[in-house]
Amino acid sequence: MIDWLIMALLGIGLFFNFIAVLGLHRFPDVYTRLHASTKCNTFGSIFLVLAVVVYGLARYQPGPDGASNVVLVLHSVVALLALLITHPTSSHAISRASHISGYLPIGEVDKLEEDKEEK
Amino acid sequence: MNPFMISAYLLIAFMVVSVSRVALGPYPQDRVVGLDTTNMLVIVTMIMLGVAFENVILIDVAIVYAILSYVATLYLASYLEGRS
Repeated sequence: MIDWLIMALLGIGLFFNFIAVLGLHRFPDVYTRLHASTKCNTFGSIFLVLAVVVYGLARYQPGPDGASNVVLVLHSVVALLALLITHPTSSHAISRASHISGYLPIGEVDKLEEDKEEK
Repeated sequence: MNPFMISAYLLIAFMVVSVSRVALGPYPQDRVVGLDTTNMLVIVTMIMLGVAFENVILIDVAIVYAILSYVATLYLASYLEGRS
């Protein structure tokens, strides 16, 4: 039962990481690539660490032998917190920097210029 | 085989695709996005390997790697703005 739960959580996390990488490979410009990679990558990582938490808590037993599983869970959660704070912030910094440096989004529609060209 | 080991292998396969964006990306901004995604996948892969090998040291390395890659990405962003 616990094994199936762990496998389901790992499957959800891997699926969303796959979606993130697919979007990174297929989308046309930097803003859509950031949109795909940041959101799906963070969501998938939450589920992967949740699988680690379930794994560690299911193998918990009182005594000195069971302490290593609790350490595993706590350190994974700290790594997840560091990742949840840093990854969206760095993505925001990248998108802001690319907008300042003059990278325009592909597919931007400028109706006024189109009308001028037709006349 | 341990499911955490299998997911670590799959994450390494995703990392190859993400590094291909660093190699292919037409502009420097795209390369930075690929590098950022690769850093994220490296952190998660380290957590998976730490569980698969029952070794907490790898997860500690993942925490430090998360913070250091954050600093590196912020430096690259400030370089892209032209303020370096």
